[in-house]
Amino acid sequence: MSRTVRLPRTSRAPAGPGTLAALTAAAALVLTACGTGTGSGGSGGGSDTLTEIDYYDAAPQNTQLPAILDECGKQVGVTIKHQQVPRAQFLPKLLQQASARSLPDLALVDNPDLQQLAATGGLVSLSKAGLSTAGLYPSIVQAGQYQGQTYGIAPGVNGLALYYNTDMFKAAGLTPPKTWDELTADARKLTHGSRYGVAFSAIGTEEGAFQFEPFFWTAGADLKKLDSPQAEQALTLWQKLVSAGSASKSVVTWTQADVNDQFGAGNAAMMVNGPWQLPTLDANKKLHFGIVPIPVPNAAAKPVTPLGGETWTVGHSNAAREAKAVKVVKCLLGHDESAKWSKDAGYIPSNQQAAAQLAHSDPQMAAFVQEIGTAKARTTELGTGYPKVSQALADAIQAALAGGTSPASALSQAQRTAQN
Amino acid sequence: MSTTLHHAGARPAGPGADRPPKPRPRTAGPARARLAALAFTAPAWLYVAGFYLYPLAGSVRMGFQNYTVSSFYTGVAPYVGWANYRAVLHDSHFVRTVTNTLLFTAGSLLFQFCVGLALAVFFNRAFPLGGPLRSLLLVPWLLPLVVSGTAWRWILDTDSGVLNHALLGAHLIGHPVPWLASTHDSLIAVTLVNIWVGIPFNMVILYGGLQSIPRELYEAAALDGANAWRRFRHITLPLLRPVTAVVLTLGLIYTVKVFDVIMILTQGGPAGSSQTLTTFAYNLSFQQLEFGRGAAVGNLLVLVAVVFAAVYLRATREQRRAGR
Repeated sequence: MSRTVRLPRTSRAPAGPGTLAALTAAAALVLTACGTGTGSGGSGGGSDTLTEIDYYDAAPQNTQLPAILDECGKQVGVTIKHQQVPRAQFLPKLLQQASARSLPDLALVDNPDLQQLAATGGLVSLSKAGLSTAGLYPSIVQAGQYQGQTYGIAPGVNGLALYYNTDMFKAAGLTPPKTWDELTADARKLTHGSRYGVAFSAIGTEEGAFQFEPFFWTAGADLKKLDSPQAEQALTLWQKLVSAGSASKSVVTWTQADVNDQFGAGNAAMMVNGPWQLPTLDANKKLHFGIVPIPVPNAAAKPVTPLGGETWTVGHSNAAREAKAVKVVKCLLGHDESAKWSKDAGYIPSNQQAAAQLAHSDPQMAAFVQEIGTAKARTTELGTGYPKVSQALADAIQAALAGGTSPASALSQAQRTAQN
Repeated sequence: MSTTLHHAGARPAGPGADRPPKPRPRTAGPARARLAALAFTAPAWLYVAGFYLYPLAGSVRMGFQNYTVSSFYTGVAPYVGWANYRAVLHDSHFVRTVTNTLLFTAGSLLFQFCVGLALAVFFNRAFPLGGPLRSLLLVPWLLPLVVSGTAWRWILDTDSGVLNHALLGAHLIGHPVPWLASTHDSLIAVTLVNIWVGIPFNMVILYGGLQSIPRELYEAAALDGANAWRRFRHITLPLLRPVTAVVLTLGLIYTVKVFDVIMILTQGGPAGSSQTLTTFAYNLSFQQLEFGRGAAVGNLLVLVAVVFAAVYLRATREQRRAGR
C-alpha cells in the first residue's frame, strides 16, 4: 500500500525566485478571479447594460419575462442582462452579491423575502425615486414596504383558491364547497379507491405555511400568536382531512407542483393551489375543472388568502444606473405590460383596473381576483420576523398531520419556538 | 495510497548509521534550498489558506456573531459570545436532531459495512461474470445523488410507490407504509437509502483489502481442518482490520455530513423527524436566516469531523507502520 520515494541526496533547487513569483502570481490571480466572479454587473460598469435576476424556471414565466424585459429595455434605451437561478439559491445568491456590494440593478424578489433585503440597506427606495403606486391594490403596495418606504412593487400577484374536478363533482352529484363543513363532507364523498377527495401541500417549508395561511387567517388567527383557539380550529380541519383518509398522508412531502400533478392525474378531486398552475392544467385537454374561493369556517366569513408573487426591486449602484433601472420598473408596471405579463404567466395584475378587466375576460381568474381585495401580505404582522414564524408554523402542521401530535400542543410548541 | 518523501536534510541519524555524515556542498547554499522548498509548498499553502483556513475562520467567527441579513451588506455583525451556541442547545429541535444524527450514522455504518463485507467476500471468489456483476454494483456510487434521491422519492411514495406495491402484493403489510410522510418511518427511510448509497464504497475498499490477504494462509488453514467460518473469523477479519479502520472512519466522516440524501427525500421532515445536524444547519441559515446559529451548528459538525479525521490519520499511520 505505501510506497517510499527517496530523493537523491544531492538535490538541487530547480526553482529560482522567478518561478516562485510566477506561482504566487498565478495563485493570486485565481483567488482574485474567484473574488470578483461572484458579482454580475457591479456598480463600476456603465449604465448602458443593466443586470436582472429572478428565479422563474418554468414556462411560460421564464420565456415571457425576458421578452417583456427586452421590450422595456428598448423603451428606456438599455440592454438588460437576464439571469435566472433556482429558487433555493436565490436569496443566498442575492446576499452574496450584497456582501460584494454588487446587487443586480433589477431583482424580482418573492414578497416575504423583501423585508429582509430592504433591511440590508442595499435597495433603492422606490418611493423616494418617485415611483407612483396609485391604482394598485393597497395590500400589494403594503407587501413591498419596509419601514414606511416602498422598496418593491409587484407587477402581478397570486393567491390561493380551491380547484375542483367538474366531472367528478357531477358524477357524485355535488356542488363546490363554500364552508369547511361542506369541504369535509365533499372530500369524504369524493374519496374512492386510489382517489383522494382533496390535496394540498403541507411540506415543511414556507410553501406549506403559505398553503395553510388561508385557513389560518380565515379562521381569525394571527401570526403573532400561533397557539390561539382559531389557529387550533384551522389545524384541526387539516388534521381531520388527513386522518379520515380524505387527503393523502403524503401531503407533508408534496410541494404545490406535486399537488398540481396529483390533481392533473385525477388522483385528487379538489386541490388548494394558485393561478400559476393554470397554463399546465389548461394544456391537459382531458381535465375539466372549476375554481372557487377557499372555503370559510361559516357562511358569513370572507376568505383571507396570503398574497403570493414577486416584487421588482432596484439595487444601489450609481445615480445614472439607478435612474435607468427605476424607469425600467415603471415600464414593467405599466397598465399594458403588467396586464400582458399577468395573463401569460397566470398572475393577477396589481393594477385594480387591469385586474377587474381580467376577471371579466377570463372566468378562470375570477375566483382569484375576488379574493385579492381581502388578501393579506405575509409580512404585514411580523416584518423581518416572518421567516422564523413561518418555519415554526410549518413544523406544527407537520407534527399534527404526520406525527399524531394534537393541534393544540403542536401549535403551543410552535409558539415557544417562534419566541425563542 | 500514501507516498512518503524522505528529504536528505530531514533524515535522523539512526543508531545504525555508522558512516559519518557527508558535508553538504556549500556552493548551493542552504538558504537557496530552503527558498526552493518554500517555492514548492507555496501553491499548496496558498490554496489551503484561501479555500480552507479563511472560510473556516470565517465560520468560527460567524458562530460568535449576531449575523443577520443586513450584515451581508453593511458588514456590521456584533459579537454575542456563546449566545448562538446556547440558543442552539436550547432549541426544541436540538436533542432530537442529535439523536437522529447518531441513529442515522450508526445505522448507516453498521449495515453499509456488513453488507459491503458480505459482497466483498462473495466477489473475492472467482466465478463466471463476477467482474461485470461487481461493476454493476458500483452504479449507486456513480449516480449523482440528486438522481438516485429523486428515484427513491418515487419508490418510497405512500400511494404510488413501487415499494409499497411490492410489499402489499407479497402480503407483508396490510396497508401502505408512509415511508417519507410519517414521523415514525422517515428516519428509517432516509437511513435505508443512505445505506444503499454507501454499500459500493464499502465493498470496493474491503474487496481491495481481501485481495491483499495471501491465499496460502487459507490453504494452510484448510489443510489444518479449519472450516469456512473459522477461516473467516481467524484470517480474514484480523488481516482486514487496518482496512476496516479506514473504511469505518471515512464512512463516519461521510455519513455525519450527509446532506443531499435527506434534503431530497424529506427535507428533514416531517416535523423534523429526519433532521440531522447538516439539515438543521441549513434550515437555520437559509430558511430562518439565523446565520450565527447556523454557523454554530456547522462548527459543531466540523469539530466532530476533525475528531474522527484525527482517528483516521492515526489509523492510517499505524497501518503504514504495519505495512513496512
